[in-house]
Amino acid sequence: MTHSSWAYLSNYLIYSAMAVYTLAFFAHAYETAWAVRAPQTDEVSGSLLTKTFDFTRTEKIARIATAFMILGFLLLFAGVIARGISAGRAPWGNMYEFSITGALAFCGAYLAALRKYDLRWLGLIVATAVLLTLGTAITVLYRPSAPLVPALKSTWLVIHVSAAIMSGGVFLLANVIAATYLYLDSMESRGERTAWAKRLPSLEVLDQLSYRLVAFVFPLWTFAVIAGAIWAEHAWGRYWGWDPKETWAFITWVAYAAYLHARVTVGWRGRKAAWLCLFAGSTFLFNYVYINIWGTGKHTYSGL
Amino acid sequence: MSNEKEIPELGLVSSLRFVWRQLTSMRTALSLLLILGVASIPGSLIPQRPQNPMKVTEYFKSDPTLASWMDRLSLFDVYGSPWFSAIYILLFVSLIGCVLPRTFEHFKAARALPPITPKNLEKMEFFSQWQGTGVELEAARSFLRKKRFRIREFEGALSSEKGYMRETGNLLFHLALILILIGVSFGALFGMKGEAIVNIGERFTNTPTTYDSLSYGKLFRDSSLPPFTLSIDDFRAEYDPLTNAPKDYTLWVTATNTPGSSPVKHIIKVNAPLSFGSTNVYLQANGYSPVVTVRDSKGEVVLQGPVPFLPQDANLTSAGTIKAPDATPQLGFVASFLPTASRDKIRGGVSSFPEALDPSLLLSAWTGNLGLDHGVPQSVYRIDTSKMVRIGLKSLKIGQTYSFAQGSITFDGFVPWVNLQVVRDPGKMYALFGAILAILGLLASLFTRRRRIWIRVGDDGNVQVAGLAKNAAPGLDVEMSLFIEELKKAGQ
Ligand code: HEM
Repeated sequence: MTHSSWAYLSNYLIYSAMAVYTLAFFAHAYETAWAVRAPQTDEVSGSLLTKTFDFTRTEKIARIATAFMILGFLLLFAGVIARGISAGRAPWGNMYEFSITGALAFCGAYLAALRKYDLRWLGLIVATAVLLTLGTAITVLYRPSAPLVPALKSTWLVIHVSAAIMSGGVFLLANVIAATYLYLDSMESRGERTAWAKRLPSLEVLDQLSYRLVAFVFPLWTFAVIAGAIWAEHAWGRYWGWDPKETWAFITWVAYAAYLHARVTVGWRGRKAAWLCLFAGSTFLFNYVYINIWGTGKHTYSGL
Repeated sequence: MSNEKEIPELGLVSSLRFVWRQLTSMRTALSLLLILGVASIPGSLIPQRPQNPMKVTEYFKSDPTLASWMDRLSLFDVYGSPWFSAIYILLFVSLIGCVLPRTFEHFKAARALPPITPKNLEKMEFFSQWQGTGVELEAARSFLRKKRFRIREFEGALSSEKGYMRETGNLLFHLALILILIGVSFGALFGMKGEAIVNIGERFTNTPTTYDSLSYGKLFRDSSLPPFTLSIDDFRAEYDPLTNAPKDYTLWVTATNTPGSSPVKHIIKVNAPLSFGSTNVYLQANGYSPVVTVRDSKGEVVLQGPVPFLPQDANLTSAGTIKAPDATPQLGFVASFLPTASRDKIRGGVSSFPEALDPSLLLSAWTGNLGLDHGVPQSVYRIDTSKMVRIGLKSLKIGQTYSFAQGSITFDGFVPWVNLQVVRDPGKMYALFGAILAILGLLASLFTRRRRIWIRVGDDGNVQVAGLAKNAAPGLDVEMSLFIEELKKAGQ
C-alpha cells in the first residue's frame, strides 16, 4: 500500500469511528430516556408509580451502547495507527493528529475505568465529547499526512506525547465527573434528584472517583512534563525555557498538585475540591487550544 | 489576658524565629506554589525578550509609554525578574524548612511501632465482633506478619500498621523537588551558552572570540570552556518537495577534544547533539554563504570567499551584505541570495524552494565610505549607505561577473553554513536525577495505602476487630473481610 492509500484508509476509519460513536450516542440516549419513561405499577395496590425507574429494562441497550463504544474505540485506534503508517512516524505531528489521539485516549480512559466502576451513565457524555472532538478535528484541524520537521524526530517525542495525551484523557474524565458532581450537588440542594439522575452514583462516590483518577495520572503527567524537558534538551539545548507551552504544562502541574494537597493535607472534599479540579483541568485545555493555536512559542506544531 | 504569654518578645531572635515558622508552614508553602503558578502566566501571554525580542520591539513601537511601564515591572522578562525569583527562592526556602525536619523525624520513627490499640474499638470503622475460641490472637499475628504489617502487642490486644512507604515516598518526592531546584540554579550559575555561524569546510575553535554571541552564568569562567576544535566537513538538508518543509538535517564533523589529541568523526543531528562532558554542541539553524570575488578598478582582488547571509523565510531567501573596505573607493553590496530563484509580484525576487536548485545573487552595488573607521561596531548584515552612492542593480548566476567603473564582483558559487549552539549546563544531571526520584517518590506515595488493623480478645473470649484507612485509602473493606474470614476459619 502506498502512503496516500494509508492516509485514505485512516480517514475512512475515522469516519467509521464517528458513525459508530453516533450509534453509541443514540443507544446511550435511548437507554437513559427509556429508563426514565418506563412506568411501573405498585405490586400491592396496582397504582401507577411514576417516579420509580427500572434500569433492568434498559440493560440490553446499555450493553449494546458499551459494545458500540468499544467498536468505536477500536476503529479510532486503527485510524490513528494508519495515520502513523501513512506519515512514516508516530502520528503526533500536528493538531489534527493530537486531537484524534486525544479522543482515543479519552474514550480509552472511560473504557478502562468502566472495567472497575459502573460508569455507564457517563457514556452519553463521553460519546458526545468524542464526537465533538473528532468532528472539529476532521473539519477544522485536518491537514494532509506529511513527515515531521527535524525537531520532532525523537523517541522522546513519542514518549512525551503519548504520556501527555493519556494524562489528558484521564484528566478530562476526572473533570467530567467533577462537573457531574457539582451539577448533582446543586440539584440535591434544591430537593430530590430528578428521575434520570437517580441512577447516577452518590456524591461521595463521584467525589472519590475524580480524586482517584487525578491521583492515578498525576505521576504520569509529571513524567510527561519531564520527558518533554528531556526532549527539549536534545532538540534545543535547554531543558526548560519558559516557552508558553512549557509554562502552561507547569501551571497544570501546579494546579493538580494543589488539588492533591488540598485533599490530602487540608481535607478538602466535595464542592470546593470539584471546583479546584475543574480549574486545573481548564488550564490543561487552555494549553491545548489557546497556546497551540495562538501561542508564539517554539511549540507551534498545530500545522494551522 | 490569658493569651498574653503567647505573644513573642520583640527581640531579634524571636522575631526571626517567628518569621521562619511562618515561612515554613505548609500553608505558606502551598500559597507560594500557587503564586508561582499564577506568576508564570503573564510571561506566556506577553512576548518575552529572551525568546522573542522582535515582538518586544513591536510593543515599544506601538505604545512606548505602556511598554516602558511594563518593562519597569519586568513584564518582558518575567522569568528573569526579581519578583519571580523572589517567589521561587521563598518557595525553595520554605520547602527546605518544611521537609528537612520532617525527614529527620521520619528517619527516627522508621522503626517505630504503631500506637497501642484504642479502648473503644466499637467506634471505629470496619468494627466487627464475635465469640472466639482463643486462637484468634495467634491467627491474627501470623496473618498480619505474612502481610508485613508492623505489629505491637499490649495486654491481649494487637495493633498493626502498614504503609509507611507513603510518608517515605512523599518525603522523597519533596526532597527531589529541592534537588531539581538545586540543579536548575547550578546550571544558571555555572553554565554558558553561545552561538556561532560556521561555513561548511571551515573550523570552529571553542574560544570566546569564535562566537557570534555568548553569555555566561554568573560564576562561569573562560577557563571552563572545553578546548575542543570542530572541522565542519559536510552538511546535508533534505526537504519535502510537496510542502517545502525540512525533513532531515545531517552535519558531519571531525572533533579534536583537546589540542593534540587524535581527531574523531561524528554526526550531529537536530535531536542528537555532540557532547564534551557537560558541554553540548547543537545543530540549530542553517543557511547559505554566497562565495564572491570582488576586484577594484585595477583588477586587484580586494575580497574573496564565502559571506554568510541570513535566511528571511522558510524557502531560505537570504539577505546579507558584502563589504570591501580595502578597495579605493570602498565598495559595498546589499544583496539577496536565492537558492531557487523565482519572482513574486509583491516581494520581487524570492526563493521558491530551500534547496539550491537554481541559485542567483541579486546585488545593489554602492561606492563611497562604508563608515567602518569610527570604531562604532557595525552589523555585518547592514550597510550604512548614507555616505555612499549607488552604482546599480544586477542579478547574477554562478560564474557571472558584474563589472562597473569602480571594479567588479564575481559570483563564484555558494557553501551552506550551520549555526552551532554550544551549551554548558553542569546542573542538568542533578535536575534529571531529581526528576526521576520525584516520580519514584510520587508513585510510592500515591499508590501506598496506609492503614491500621486492630484486634482485641477479651478474657471472655470475645473477639473485636476494627480497621482504619488513612487518607480514605480504598480497599480496606476487602482486606478486613479477608482478615475476619481467616480468623474465623482458624477458630473452628
Ligand atoms: C514546603 C512545601 C510543601 C510541604 C510542606 C508539603 C507537604 C506535603 C504533605 C504533608 C503531603 C501529604 C502527604 C500524605 O499525607 O500522604 C504532601 C503531598 C504532596 N505534595 Fe507537597 N508539600 C510542599 C510542597 C509541594 C510542592 C512544591 C509540590 C509540587 C507541586 C508538592 C506536591 C505534592 C504532591 C503531588 C503530594 C501528593 C498528594 C497525595 O498524597 O495525594 N508539594 N505534601
